[in-house]
Amino acid sequence: MKRLVPALLFLGIFFFLPLARILTLSLDSGFILAPGGSFYPRLASVLGFTFYQALASTLLTLTFGLPLAFLFARYDFPLKNALRTLTAIPFMLPTVVVAAGFNALLGPRGWLNLLLADAGLPTIAFIGTFGAILIAHVFYNTTIVIRLVGDAWGSLDARLTDSAQVLGANPWQTLWRVSLPLLRPSILAASLLVFLFDFTSYGVILLLGGVRYATLEVEIYIQAISFLNLPAAALLSLIQLLCTLGLSALYSRYVTRVTTQIKPNSPPAARRQPKTLFQKTLILSLSLLCFGFFALPLASLPLRSVTNLSPERRAPLTTPTPQAESAPRAYQSPLSKTFTLAYYRELFINRRGSLFYVPPVQAALNSLAYAGLTVLISLALGFPAASALIRAGKLVRWIDPFIMLPLGASAVTLGLGFIVTFNQNLPTFNLLTFQSSTFNLLTSPFLIPLAHSTIALPFVIRNLQAALATIPERTREAARVLGATPLQVWLRIDWPIIRRAVLSAGALAFTVSLGEFGAASLLARPEYPTLPTAIYRFLSQPGALNYGQAMAMATLLMFLTGLGIFAIEKLRPPGSDL
Amino acid sequence: MQKLLLILIVLTLAACAPQPSNPAPGPLSPSDVSPSTLTIMTHDSFSASEEVIRAFEEANNVRLFFLKSGDTGSALNKAILSKSAPLADLFYGVDNTFLSRALDADIFEPYNAPLLAQIPAEFQLDSQNRALPVNFGDVCINYDKAWFAEKNLPVPQTLADLTKPEYKGLLVVQNPATSSPGLAFLLATIERYGPQGYLDYWRALKANDVTVVDGWETAYYTNFSASSGQGPQPLVVSYSSSPAAEVLYAAEPLADAPTASILDGCYRQIEFVGILKGTPHRAMAEKFINFMLNISFQADMPLNMFVYPVNPAAQLPAEFVQYAQTATNPARLDPAANRETWIQAWTETVLR
Amino acid sequence: MLTLTSIVKSYENKPLLKGISFSVSPGEVVCLLGASGSGKSTILRIIAGLEEAESGAVLWDGQSLAGLPAHQRRFGLMFQDYALFPHLTVFENVAFGLRIRSEHRVARLTRIFSGLTNPRDESDVRARVMECLELVHLVGFGQRRVLELSGGEQQRVALARALAPNPRLLMLDEPLGALDRALKESLLDELRQILRKTGIPAIYVTHDQQEAFTLADRIILLRDGQIAQAGTPPEVFAHPASGWVASFLGLGNVVEAGQGGGALQAAGLDLHKTILLRPQAERVAAGGTLSGVVSDVIFRGDEFRVELANGWYFFVKEAPRLGETIHLRVFQVEYLP
Repeated sequence: MKRLVPALLFLGIFFFLPLARILTLSLDSGFILAPGGSFYPRLASVLGFTFYQALASTLLTLTFGLPLAFLFARYDFPLKNALRTLTAIPFMLPTVVVAAGFNALLGPRGWLNLLLADAGLPTIAFIGTFGAILIAHVFYNTTIVIRLVGDAWGSLDARLTDSAQVLGANPWQTLWRVSLPLLRPSILAASLLVFLFDFTSYGVILLLGGVRYATLEVEIYIQAISFLNLPAAALLSLIQLLCTLGLSALYSRYVTRVTTQIKPNSPPAARRQPKTLFQKTLILSLSLLCFGFFALPLASLPLRSVTNLSPERRAPLTTPTPQAESAPRAYQSPLSKTFTLAYYRELFINRRGSLFYVPPVQAALNSLAYAGLTVLISLALGFPAASALIRAGKLVRWIDPFIMLPLGASAVTLGLGFIVTFNQNLPTFNLLTFQSSTFNLLTSPFLIPLAHSTIALPFVIRNLQAALATIPERTREAARVLGATPLQVWLRIDWPIIRRAVLSAGALAFTVSLGEFGAASLLARPEYPTLPTAIYRFLSQPGALNYGQAMAMATLLMFLTGLGIFAIEKLRPPGSDL
Repeated sequence: MQKLLLILIVLTLAACAPQPSNPAPGPLSPSDVSPSTLTIMTHDSFSASEEVIRAFEEANNVRLFFLKSGDTGSALNKAILSKSAPLADLFYGVDNTFLSRALDADIFEPYNAPLLAQIPAEFQLDSQNRALPVNFGDVCINYDKAWFAEKNLPVPQTLADLTKPEYKGLLVVQNPATSSPGLAFLLATIERYGPQGYLDYWRALKANDVTVVDGWETAYYTNFSASSGQGPQPLVVSYSSSPAAEVLYAAEPLADAPTASILDGCYRQIEFVGILKGTPHRAMAEKFINFMLNISFQADMPLNMFVYPVNPAAQLPAEFVQYAQTATNPARLDPAANRETWIQAWTETVLR
Repeated sequence: MLTLTSIVKSYENKPLLKGISFSVSPGEVVCLLGASGSGKSTILRIIAGLEEAESGAVLWDGQSLAGLPAHQRRFGLMFQDYALFPHLTVFENVAFGLRIRSEHRVARLTRIFSGLTNPRDESDVRARVMECLELVHLVGFGQRRVLELSGGEQQRVALARALAPNPRLLMLDEPLGALDRALKESLLDELRQILRKTGIPAIYVTHDQQEAFTLADRIILLRDGQIAQAGTPPEVFAHPASGWVASFLGLGNVVEAGQGGGALQAAGLDLHKTILLRPQAERVAAGGTLSGVVSDVIFRGDEFRVELANGWYFFVKEAPRLGETIHLRVFQVEYLP
């Protein structure tokens, strides 16, 4: 219980307190009782849509992610690590960049439609459809399923499935009756996370779904930022939070009931080389599908970052389109595409002598520093919390669902809450110069890793909780009796067993921070612009050079995060699965 | 518990370390040991030449901090919410669509800057001079020159033209609930057609297949045909200065701007600066406002932020003279208390 | 009838099985006996269809099983630590194989999704599960969760689960390995009776010769991936095929060819052959088969186990003193091939 205190204190200060401040604003104004005319009917339809799209997206993500989780957990094949890394990259790319990628691929004049038009086939509308929301959510969140379920699948006792087979179960029956039921806790965990991300989705809805679709989070943004109607924003956030709390409470109840049944430390299944033709075909087609789905939208970014499009304005329009009605949509101006590195060169030039020029190396370093701090904070807080949470106690079980809450929080509301709560000039004393000064957390660069940590902490705790639960207390006791100090017990028993989970927890925290999730976008970023900030900055002005530089910066971000994840995957101890 | 304490200590130490600063300022003479500081809260789009800012810092022995706080709406909300203990000495970047919110929230102290005398009265919207105009920009429809040339279609000249069948499906606009130029364009239509008639105009636009997207980035880079995104629509709501930006930020030097603005049906956005209530650096803040209204900063703005200086004495860069035009008779409607009602009515009409 | 011919299998590029051939007749209980790592469990996995041999064939009634997946072989396999399904009750564990088979091919998917079962099938399943639970003395345990059970109870559930679908061959992989001695002996007895009663041919893998002698109709001794000896327990006991077999089975003191010392030579034994000295002996005043210094004496009830300084041991009626040099006449001295 004592070990929970740091994490709870942290969440209390940096999550619950800011939210409470905003919520009290709402209560004070009496808005809940008299919100005015169409508020509640509108709320009902928004809430309905939010649930509907989240549910549909989650199901689709599972459908796509479970086969991939199986693939990564059970088979060894060439380029497996690279493919796994690829699936994780979308998770931390800013929505603007992902939207640009999808647009280049599937947009009105994306190359798929150009191909279709060339072939004389009807073009497809993707951007601005419900399908685009679903696909983008799958694109973002499949990595969660691959990680959580794949991890569990890899360590599933192989003799259970062997037994089922010998008892007469064919592969499908084995899957339905043994593997999936046994994986239920991790599938549920992954589903909950995916659902929460979809539930609080904001950028994807706006950029890919178009303006017709509004989730709670979009409404909150409009109420809070456009109308500065804090009571309405707070009320909506409260509803969003209650939904999250309900879901994670259900989850906690269910999962604690199931996980205790799983035998710890059963020998994991061996990863196999594909042998039969069927297996080889399956793996090849799955990995091709996976590669195509994740790489194609992303590939357009590096591609565009080195392409110079110059319109050949004088050339006559070559293919007159048969459908007169959609003539404007099918409009093409012939473009000459040439290779260029100008955008990358330009990144390093402060052409206008701007005070706010961001050197790309500096932006990358800032991003890495924030991400590193986030990893440190969330691991330092997550460790004791996770070890406390695995000891079942009545109080602990009550606390458990609250740990997940930050994932369901409205980033906008949290950001506003931060402002209301932390805007205080605290007297401090500088130990280096012996001068007293004032310190306002709100303008401190530390607020950003702190905000990132509130989001990363639930991931980290969940990941570590699962790993720590596999260590039988008896093993620790045995070590202690053999004369090991608590530190030695930790170093020789706990650490080797949970190292893998720590690495993936760290990786998640890292990616959460690199992707600039949520609240941080509302907070001040005084002197330390990050890669996503730099991308937004370029995209906010017209001009081919700006667009090209944004693509170049996005490519850098992709490269950097890919490299980071790849390194983490490599760090995994040899022999451990996934 | 120990760990938490450790973290708190580390954080405190780190926080107490010297404030991170903008890239090191020029060498200060030994006499001025500790320059005073001045903090300006602003939106993410703020930009200025380093040279110009450094000159001010050196002349006044001051260090400037710019606290960029999101888009215009977010930054202003932040200033309003933090007014009990202001995070900055000045706030720059509130525009006339948000001005009433800032003034209602009473976050500014009045300052009768002497230079206001040089600035045309049309920009001075606050009679008490709590918010002082710095620059303006016209939100206008931009068009893809090549597209209209190729189609041999005359470019639409007025707002009314946009509802004509020959322009069906050609226009992309932004959602006024989430986008500042979107709101400006909505206000332009309200001023033109009146609070009673603007919804009819939008119904006609809707019938003419207007495309609505969330924000400027999507509209310009995904939907607009003349941008790098190579989108489907040749008409977009943007700024009258955008054609100049297209030339300045072209991938290869361009002989002519690929886009131009339709100068009818524009909205004039004026951006203001104000001294935040309760600043301990009132004198320096006044100096900074004087600096902002003066020629060197005013002339620096166009190429950094693609806006026009309010001070007519400031010379426009050549690119602006050549490719950017100001609107004829732009709208300046102040939404004031009607903002929410108008946006909601628009949402019901156009999106549902 | 199961037949294995020249099964070869390697593990991580090291040969594990180097040509294993044997057969199991109807109703027969065959024990695969060998040290750990000798490849016993792998043989079971190959028979079950969970792994494939690199060469050689597994035949059932003369038909090759190659290409027939595990779930179509209708064999039963009981794992070392039972591998009970933790998400199912005792009843559902035992019913697993029955339900799987009752799912008709066409209706399978709909059944799986709807969770419906044919009532007639269901009553058959229930009856058969009860029968099996009765067989292993677990009546009334049906609704218990498997992880709440003791080791012995889990072992019985695993046996019932393997037996329920009436396999045409039952394979048991060290089923008593993890249990304590007393429990082991009573279960061994029960197991023997159950195997007799059901008449299902069985392959029983163990490293414990006691278990093997108790259960087996035939014992197959494995050494380094090869069969060291095969035969009925009395045959193997009476005629161990090699010195290794004799010492692995604990039949006595083995003197490998060319290793014997002067004492044995004096007794007229041919030291160029491997000699087995069975431990039954009597003390004589002089001469005898051999002599040695007593290093340990253990009381065993009706006799004493005497260990000599060279490590040999014998059973005698009278206790010698420690450190005393004694002469022994060994009743049975055999030359091994």
